[in-house]
Amino acid sequence: MNTRREFLLATGAIALAVHCRPSEATPATMQEAIRKVVGDAEIRRGKVKLDLPPLIDNGNVIALAVSVDSPMTPAEHVKAIHVFNEKNPQPNVISATLGPRAGRAGLSTRIRLADSQTVIAIAQLSDGSFWQASQDVIVTVAACAEEIS
Amino acid sequence: MDRRQRLRADRDRPHRRRLSGSPILLLVLALLRPSGAAEIAAEERRSGYEFMSAQTRAMQDDEAANPATLWLLDGEALWTRKDGAAGVACANCHGDAATTMRGVAARYPAFDAALARPLDLEQRINVCRTGAQKAAPFDYESRELLALTAYVARQSRGTPIRIEADATLQPFLDRGRVAYERRQGQLNLSCAQCHDQNWSRTLAGNPITQAHPTGYPLYRLEWQSLGSLQRRLRNCLAGVRAETYPFGAPELVELELYLMWRARGMEVETPAVRP
Amino acid sequence: MARAVVTVPPKAKRGEIIEIRTLVGHPMESGFRHDNFGRPIARNIITQFVCTYNGTEIFRADLFPAISANPLLAFTTVATETGTLEFKWTGDNDFALTATAPIAVD
Repeated sequence: MNTRREFLLATGAIALAVHCRPSEATPATMQEAIRKVVGDAEIRRGKVKLDLPPLIDNGNVIALAVSVDSPMTPAEHVKAIHVFNEKNPQPNVISATLGPRAGRAGLSTRIRLADSQTVIAIAQLSDGSFWQASQDVIVTVAACAEEIS
Repeated sequence: MDRRQRLRADRDRPHRRRLSGSPILLLVLALLRPSGAAEIAAEERRSGYEFMSAQTRAMQDDEAANPATLWLLDGEALWTRKDGAAGVACANCHGDAATTMRGVAARYPAFDAALARPLDLEQRINVCRTGAQKAAPFDYESRELLALTAYVARQSRGTPIRIEADATLQPFLDRGRVAYERRQGQLNLSCAQCHDQNWSRTLAGNPITQAHPTGYPLYRLEWQSLGSLQRRLRNCLAGVRAETYPFGAPELVELELYLMWRARGMEVETPAVRP
Repeated sequence: MARAVVTVPPKAKRGEIIEIRTLVGHPMESGFRHDNFGRPIARNIITQFVCTYNGTEIFRADLFPAISANPLLAFTTVATETGTLEFKWTGDNDFALTATAPIAVD
């Protein structure tokens, strides 16, 4: 029925609808925001699972879930989860502080994405290490929208 | 609208015009298809719910995650709040909404004998406000009106839409049908061309639904707010670059009436979530 | 729009991980939109959310304009004792909202 959608699903890409203006952020701004949180530490890939839906209905409200593989004991747990984006006017999305009382390291929320871009989730562990996962998303423009009035 | 993003592969290639979703394609589509639609067969009728992603459907189904719940809570409070010069609440006349309001939204817009025209649910609530409560009517799309309408309509969730086209209602229904089938706006498109003839095809990344108003007032992701069917219809009119009727206009009520009649038998889903 | 919906299981076994869902009514005006005259619409967002369990903080989040309107926040915690979960949202223009939910733990 819809070969474009099948293609997008097959390549793991995501279609979004958006109602935003040209973005002012760049990948460099995102890196800067990440550095502010992480400092000079190395960010390793793994442990973090970033869930964004395969097909987005609208760029204003996108279900996002982050989970981190961790025993969440006082000795070994996730201290914080940070989410960043590349092309919204602002690079931060959410920063959460957790601890062993969470039981499981994770959070769910709903976010806005203005443009085709990469979303990155970074977990800060109790041993001082940083881990990340990223996902590329594709954005399209919604059809019957209204002007802001 | 030329800020449309393209797939990465396309961006790397030399610039080429893409037609999908552009006004030109719509015009071509419009020329190829005759206007004057046949209604969608009853067995083919599908709610907008079925065109959404699993995540958005989950948002509608889960009251704890559906943002419309916030308005429902406000509506519930308004239902029992004494107001106006008469100092009465909805509850004073109508008792427990879950009982008395069940099935009501499923048969609106309904004919009002005193005004000799059909009223939608929002207008009916305002008639109660001014008549029984002796209070000022709520503004269209105000938080209070949306909350109260959503609360009342919620009591019909699961009941089938039932609009009966008797002699008094027929002329208004006919005008609504004519408006639905008429080409309009700078894009010269009729509602029927998208929603009767091209439903399930994608328009700029989103599937075109059959346009059954089964879940109003609903939380539209595009608005990030609860909104009425009239607000959505004004979006449609803006979408084809037609002049939008003001809120409460008889043309909008007639269109609402026709759309509800066209959706007869389908279940009320209020409060729905839609893209 | 001072409303919140919090979903917490009313009962849990000691040590069980429970899911908490919170929904708060707020426009989360990003500060990056403009009106029809091209004038910027001022930012108005929730900036922080804190959850405490019998007074001890168990979850905190800093929110940015990229969070959608009417923010949903879902997270987990270990059911340690009977008591009260308290949820507090704060933000621009002195926005402050609190909600509570009881939990019985055996």
